[in-house]
Amino acid sequence: MASSKKSSASKSTPRLEVKKTYKLYINGAFPRSESGRVYEVTNSKDGFVANPSLASRKDLRDAVVAARTAQGGWAKATAYNRGQILYRIAEMLEGRADQFASEIVLASGVTQKKAHDEVLAAIDSWVWYAGWSDKLSAAFGATNPVSGPYYNFTIPEPQGVIAVAPAESFLSLIDAIAPAIVSGNSVVALVPGSAAIAAMTFAEVLATSDLPAGVLNILTGSHDELAPWAASHMDIDGFDISGIDKKKRTELKVAGAENLKRIHSFDGAVSPTRIYAFMETKTVWHPIGV
Amino acid sequence: MTFEYAPAPESRAIVDIKAKYGHFIDGKFVPGKKHFATINPATEEVLSQISLGGVSDVDKAVAAAQKAYTKTWSKLSGKERGKYLYRIARILQERAREFAVLETLDNGKPIRETRDIDIPLVAAHFFYHAGWADKLDYAGLGKSPQPHGVAGQIVPWNFPLLMLAWKVAPALATGNTVVLKPAETTSLTALLFAEVCQQAELPDGVVNIVTGDGSTGAAIVNHPGIHKIAFTGSTDVGKKIARAIAGTNKKATLELGGKGANIVFDDAPLDETVEGIVNGIFFNQGHVCCAGSRLILQEGIADELIEKLKVRMAKIRVGDPLDKNTDLGAINSQEQLSKINELASAGEAEGAERWSPACNLSAKGFWFAPTIFTGVTQAHRIAREEIFGPVLSILTFRTPQEAIEKANNTPFGLSAGVWSEKGSRILWATQQLRAGVVWANTFNKFDPASPFGGYKESGWGREGGKHGLAAYLKEGK
Amino acid sequence: MTFYGIVDGSESSLKHFLAQLPGVDQVGADARAAMLATRSIKTSSKRWAIDTAISMVDLTTLEGADTAGKVRALCSKAVRPDPTDSTVPSVGAICVYNDMVSIARMHLDAIGGKHVPVAAVSTAFPSGRASMEVKIQDTQDAIDAGAAEIDMVIDRGAFLSGQYGLVFDEIVKIREVCGDRAHLKVIFETGELVTYDNVRKASYLAMLAGADFIKTSTGKVAPAATPPVVLVMLEAVRDFYQMTQRRIGVKPAGGIRNTKDAIKQLVLVNETAGPEWLTPEYFRIGASALLNDLLMQRMKMDDGYYASPNYVTID
Repeated sequence: MASSKKSSASKSTPRLEVKKTYKLYINGAFPRSESGRVYEVTNSKDGFVANPSLASRKDLRDAVVAARTAQGGWAKATAYNRGQILYRIAEMLEGRADQFASEIVLASGVTQKKAHDEVLAAIDSWVWYAGWSDKLSAAFGATNPVSGPYYNFTIPEPQGVIAVAPAESFLSLIDAIAPAIVSGNSVVALVPGSAAIAAMTFAEVLATSDLPAGVLNILTGSHDELAPWAASHMDIDGFDISGIDKKKRTELKVAGAENLKRIHSFDGAVSPTRIYAFMETKTVWHPIGV
Repeated sequence: MTFEYAPAPESRAIVDIKAKYGHFIDGKFVPGKKHFATINPATEEVLSQISLGGVSDVDKAVAAAQKAYTKTWSKLSGKERGKYLYRIARILQERAREFAVLETLDNGKPIRETRDIDIPLVAAHFFYHAGWADKLDYAGLGKSPQPHGVAGQIVPWNFPLLMLAWKVAPALATGNTVVLKPAETTSLTALLFAEVCQQAELPDGVVNIVTGDGSTGAAIVNHPGIHKIAFTGSTDVGKKIARAIAGTNKKATLELGGKGANIVFDDAPLDETVEGIVNGIFFNQGHVCCAGSRLILQEGIADELIEKLKVRMAKIRVGDPLDKNTDLGAINSQEQLSKINELASAGEAEGAERWSPACNLSAKGFWFAPTIFTGVTQAHRIAREEIFGPVLSILTFRTPQEAIEKANNTPFGLSAGVWSEKGSRILWATQQLRAGVVWANTFNKFDPASPFGGYKESGWGREGGKHGLAAYLKEGK
Repeated sequence: MTFYGIVDGSESSLKHFLAQLPGVDQVGADARAAMLATRSIKTSSKRWAIDTAISMVDLTTLEGADTAGKVRALCSKAVRPDPTDSTVPSVGAICVYNDMVSIARMHLDAIGGKHVPVAAVSTAFPSGRASMEVKIQDTQDAIDAGAAEIDMVIDRGAFLSGQYGLVFDEIVKIREVCGDRAHLKVIFETGELVTYDNVRKASYLAMLAGADFIKTSTGKVAPAATPPVVLVMLEAVRDFYQMTQRRIGVKPAGGIRNTKDAIKQLVLVNETAGPEWLTPEYFRIGASALLNDLLMQRMKMDDGYYASPNYVTID
């Protein structure tokens, strides 16, 4: 959605807009759903908006493989480096702020002002989380005074592959992804419904960023279809279900118990708790002697 | 001429075991309806009759805990709560020998361990958490973090009183009240702890103890008046609990199984490494969720180290748990012994080579000689499943990367060990290992200030240290 | 020339060999020694341990104030530690300065103590700061005077500055002086070597150079024979036996003052090197006050009540 329809008129013959084909974002590439399916996003004013890919469980499977492969390298990058890569993404988001706002208007029918505020809030949230990359072990780590000749310290580490199922908005997507990846996790985002429009533009930003392929994968479609597969996937370590209907959370938690997945939901407040929820703490002991 | 150590049994006169025990609810012992026997696993002697708690007992205990929470405990300042915990810590120290002997009788673990490790750590846990009670604003959870309410706590049989302490001390320090169920085979020290609560004048209902089996535990997990579950036990039961509370607002910490990798590089301090291996797998008969049950040796030193290990294992003194010189006591139950036997047989059937030193095992009671398996591969059941007994599976590696891959190749992630005299390699390995506790050049060390808990299917959350407090508190504003 | 086919005595071969020895983790070694210290030795085992410990004592007087009278008194005590009880064994040896050797030897022979050897501290004990000529002469004098055991000190300065060849050569030379006439004990002064890694290196250096015994300390420097130091030395003799089939003895000296300490040492031997070392041939305890505590504990075991120092002779 490069621009809205009314701005495309020219003096003589109306120029036909070049529309975007919506695909998925997996392992740094833009494949179509292996299922070949799409779904229609419409709004009340314009009617048809786009045909995003309707991701399948096999797309999820592929995304998890990509995420698992990429995770080690991303976690190994220095915290400073991760922070810079994420900050650079914020710079690129800022440059496309108008585009995101237009897309939000198009997809959800909110006012331009509201959409714009949402985009700016999302960018600020992203910057806020990005800055945490090199502060996590200071905030969540400790050196522990054990009673013996041992050096003992606790450090937070990323959990691994995190699935996120945000609510149907751009801000929810950003608020779910940013805390999960800043610590060094890789993410598979399950983007519902009309949020796909802005999400795939976000994917274009990612594709031109320095974020390694596979660290962030975006699947569009239906939570009802994908979330149960994510919950039961044995190679997903954590699952943010903030965007899942409360009544449907129980079955996901039951399915997730099979590998004791860390399943959390958040009320939307921007908080370091949201980062730490998808981290493990490791405690190391070493003797002190000569 | 040989230096055989004559029997040096600790006197059991210090303990007074009643013929029958009830539950401890609302500050009083209340008789149960049905009972089951608890035995000394070293002799199969019946020690006492324990009440089998049912749904109505759990109801009463939860009601008492709720009442205590709203009427007294949540009204107390942190400072006053802390003073109760200090009292408990001190009484535990005063009665330490009594607890040690009782734990050894009921559990089968050596008196050397209950006396020198379990019980001192129990007192330390209460002392440590006592100090937190009025300092929770500094726990990193925001200003004035709040307790959940009633904590339902289910503890295992391998460290009965220590696991009670790991659960009760932080719960009380943070202002929660408790309904605790000890393991079916090891209730006695929990019931003696109830007496300590009485001596400390802990307000009625703050700590309630309901004895029983898995059904009693399930009644606690499913009780709507419970706000937080803390469970230590098997991964299977942990998953059941996770499913049971999926549709509720109950919080949970789960400390579950493990298959700890103990990696030895060729520059390790060999003699201390051998000690660490022995401590890693034979401490507490290997009934340790964080046991170093997979030994992963660099090929160049494997033969030499295994020889040294065998020489050392021949010195392990297996026998009467009350004897002060016993290193390896009794297996806690017939059920556990059968499980160990089954997996050890599987190890042989799958082609691994089994070795134990010569041991005179008593015909009465439940015993298993310290055992190692060599020639184990990743595919063997004994390299994948938790045996929870004195059985070590030995594998080898060629490169550091291979060692880490093998170590991490498990759904568990509780503990790991690494042995090397090279600092940078130690730090690299500890970083790569996917485990909640990594012991470098040591093993099986515990401290109330040190967070403990697992990655992956070894559980949720941490116990101990600042991190352990989070499990019992809601974030403040 | 080769030593056990392991080193050729050159600085480089020694450095190479010592560098490949595994390190000792101090905390782990301390923990192991502390755990073994919890062993509870009772009744018949305690009785056996006390008598064994008595037979292992190198009854020692190493004072500037030593006189012939003092040494003769010590000899009497060495042969019959308890004059009222002939079942008490003689001690392992008498340990004196060079100039007291002949007095001790003659007196022992005169009182029926031919079986008790005399050990002489040698090589400019305790500091070892003298020329090699003096050290050799010191040793030769002691042997000529009747010493059957030589307790030499190593040059700790040379060791700490990495001159392993120098330390090694001195031991080899003293070994030559001893020949078949005297057993050689090599004293490290572990309190000056400080680290357990150094204790392990020194142990191998001495064993390869021909020591019959390795000994912790002179008794003049604290800390001396701490359990973890003895543990590390026992590990060394155990592993050296595996390598060479030659059994080297260990002698802790200094700081072992009572029966409890002595029994802890025997437990260390039993569970580290093994029961083969539990004989005066391979384990000695350098001590003076220890003997009387052993005797008092022995009386308590026989009589069933606590003993008084009034009933044991002061030397």
